[in-house]
Amino acid sequence: MAPLLELKDVSARYGQVAALHGVSLTVEEGEIVALLGANGAGKTTTLRAVSGTVRRAGDVVFAGKRLGRSGPEVTARAGIAHVPEGRGIFAELTVWDNLRMGAYMRRGRPDFRMVLDYFPWLEARRNQQAGTLSGGEQQMLALARAFLQRPRLLMLDEPSLGLAPLVTREVFRVVGDLNQKEGLAVLVVEQNAAIALNTAGRAYVLETGNVAISGTSDALKSDDAVRSAYLGY
Amino acid sequence: MQQFFQALFSGLADGSIYASLALALVLIYKATEVINFAQGEMAMFTTYIAYALLTHPHFGHTFSYWPAFFLTLVIAFVFGVGLQRIVIKPLERASVLTVVMATIALLVILNGLAAWIWSPELKFFPSPFPTSTWVIGGVHISKQDTGTFGVTIACVVVLWLFFRFTKLGLAMRAGAVNPVAARLLGVRTSWLLALGWGFAAVLGAVSGMMSAPTNFLSPSMMQAVLIFAFAGAILGGLESPVGAVAGGLGLGVLLSMLGTYVHPVTPELRLPVALLILLVVLLIRPAGLFGRVVVRRV
Amino acid sequence: MRSRLGYIGFAVLVAAVVVAPLVSTHYRTYQLAFVAIYLIALLGLNILTGFTGQISLGHGAFLGVGAYVTTILVVDHGWNDLLTLPVAGVVAGVAGLAFGLPATRFAGPYLALATFAIPLSFIGLLKRFPHFTGGTLGKQLPSVHSQFGIHANSSVWIYWVSWIVALVMFLLAFMLVRGRLGRALRSVRDSEIAATASGVSTAGVKTLAFGISAFFCGIAGGLFAIAVTYVNPDTFPIDLSILLLVGIVLGGAGSLSGMIFGALFVEFIRITWGPALLDLFSQVHHINTRAPGSSLVVYGVVLLLVLYIAPAGAAGLVRQLLTGKTAVAAWAKQGRTAAEDQA
Repeated sequence: MAPLLELKDVSARYGQVAALHGVSLTVEEGEIVALLGANGAGKTTTLRAVSGTVRRAGDVVFAGKRLGRSGPEVTARAGIAHVPEGRGIFAELTVWDNLRMGAYMRRGRPDFRMVLDYFPWLEARRNQQAGTLSGGEQQMLALARAFLQRPRLLMLDEPSLGLAPLVTREVFRVVGDLNQKEGLAVLVVEQNAAIALNTAGRAYVLETGNVAISGTSDALKSDDAVRSAYLGY
Repeated sequence: MQQFFQALFSGLADGSIYASLALALVLIYKATEVINFAQGEMAMFTTYIAYALLTHPHFGHTFSYWPAFFLTLVIAFVFGVGLQRIVIKPLERASVLTVVMATIALLVILNGLAAWIWSPELKFFPSPFPTSTWVIGGVHISKQDTGTFGVTIACVVVLWLFFRFTKLGLAMRAGAVNPVAARLLGVRTSWLLALGWGFAAVLGAVSGMMSAPTNFLSPSMMQAVLIFAFAGAILGGLESPVGAVAGGLGLGVLLSMLGTYVHPVTPELRLPVALLILLVVLLIRPAGLFGRVVVRRV
Repeated sequence: MRSRLGYIGFAVLVAAVVVAPLVSTHYRTYQLAFVAIYLIALLGLNILTGFTGQISLGHGAFLGVGAYVTTILVVDHGWNDLLTLPVAGVVAGVAGLAFGLPATRFAGPYLALATFAIPLSFIGLLKRFPHFTGGTLGKQLPSVHSQFGIHANSSVWIYWVSWIVALVMFLLAFMLVRGRLGRALRSVRDSEIAATASGVSTAGVKTLAFGISAFFCGIAGGLFAIAVTYVNPDTFPIDLSILLLVGIVLGGAGSLSGMIFGALFVEFIRITWGPALLDLFSQVHHINTRAPGSSLVVYGVVLLLVLYIAPAGAAGLVRQLLTGKTAVAAWAKQGRTAAEDQA
């Protein structure tokens, strides 16, 4: 079966600086894939290349269709939800308005019930200004909003950034839930390799804009050489 | 005491004209960080279009006031969207200053075009409101002033309702706060910018049509109003729509009071005085009355 | 290489200045005198806009200040007209400082909008104090006469006076932007944050730039009054300020020598090229193109075209021709690393 997402030799640059030098990877329907690597390895850029936030060369194929030179609006409509670095919430708007924005592309009434099943505490905070939420709550809000898009693929950029370990575990638990109960495929970028590998089934490790190594999480976790060289633990 | 109320009401009427244009400035500023110098001239130009609808026979008859008014609003909307798409969008990758220069160029073109098409001489523009006054408790309240205030504030309220309660309005607000995130949610921010320009043009048209009866129609009629609107917007904190409206109204009232009670302040000095007020307020509260001080972390 | 090119260019300019009146009609010479006057104003405004990165829509008013100072001193106090020029410059300069002091608290676009208020306020003030300024009727100056025992046609006289002053002011501007002040100005233009971090007082620099540019415009204004022999409140409308700005962009903001192109544009577009362009247009479209406002449309369209096609102006194009490098518009440099500027 064709993968849900396929990158074939994708490159990207910021001005004069090349950040990706031909990255190829796949994400199958319903699986969780982790994208690991050190700072500056190109993990965030890879997600941006997929969503069209940064200009790319090479092929990105989603659900059998090649995504051409399109911007983020088009990729979103194709069914990819990208939660960027820093969460991308609308700080000055209320929690509820943020959620409403998640359902922007969809016709009819948004299914808030379903979202509240996974994130029940949002109901009580509806009118709170999103910028005043804690880091962990903002991450959850971003997830909830992305989920409202009813995407087929969820791309998460460094969800653990700035969060305490307990909160991070909670975030990944929800991601795992969404994946198992809703069949949502996830591509997650993480510096915290340990927790990523506990949730993901497969992982790619990037190094200076290339895929250095890839494999199932179990294989990567059990290989000591790989762990110390690439994963830092 | 009566003098006070009269000054208050006429100040509110003038202030509502400033408030409308101030809101237009803030709308575009919030979304793009650009101050649209051409806002006043766009307002002037659309007022001339209203004038043409009212005086030139179209399809065999001229329009009566209110149909012309609303048709002008529609035309203004299309005009604003068109200007954004054709003139401003090509410069979207350029620096803010470049875009500001482009709006200055627009200012010049529209001013010249208006003088060219309709000639620079002052023209009379009708008002839909009677010139009589109500007398309540000895205070003369001009119906013209009340009408002006009513119409302008009604437009502001309608716009507020749009932003507050519609999906598109929400998307525009979101796009102003975080355009990248909005795009990732499928919002076509580029078109929403055009929409913003459209609404700003409508607000300007209202401002112009309410201002023209007393200030007479001429190509330069909105230049001073633009300054007052800008002053009002800055007083309110340039990021705040509520502030823009409050600032515009407040400035109108303040100038009216000064004109009534402080004798050296003659009509020619209104503008320098407004500028002075603006500078003084900013020296005390740099973010304006309603603005928040943005601390930039370097 | 660049400074040699600069010296050669300057020599060419001086030669052109000397030769021009010999081959031109009196009327053309009179027009060329105005080119010098606008050159002085543009040099000053460029220091503010091109080198410091602040857009001003109000400098026409500083020309007005200079013009009125000269007029009042000559008409009401019997001064020699040329001696009024430094005073006109200083008074305008002080006015510029006075505006700059509070106003430079605004950032870029706000400051520009505040400057939009200057000409309108100026006109209001002129009308408010008529016993001083002659009110709406303005004041008439005695027409230009020969001085220092040299008899010359008044157009030629004003031509020489204007160009000598212009060349002096050009050298002055050149020296100002060469040294520490120039670096401070450009640092503010390119990145206010970096400038502040380097200890440059951005508000102070901007205020100074306002004062200097107003000084230049004041001198230009004084010469303007002497040349036109009449001032009234409508001589310096907002249109003039905008025209100066168009001249800056067209000539190339950040380039002093580009200002010559700008000055040529400002003078000739108003009187000669603009109407000629419009006549051409009218032959095709049968519209009355001598109507008021048509020239403004031309300026605006020219400005837009320059912004889309060649934002670095004529100087940028010349530079591209000579060095093959595409220049970045000086005032659009904010946030980028500073490329070299020219004199």
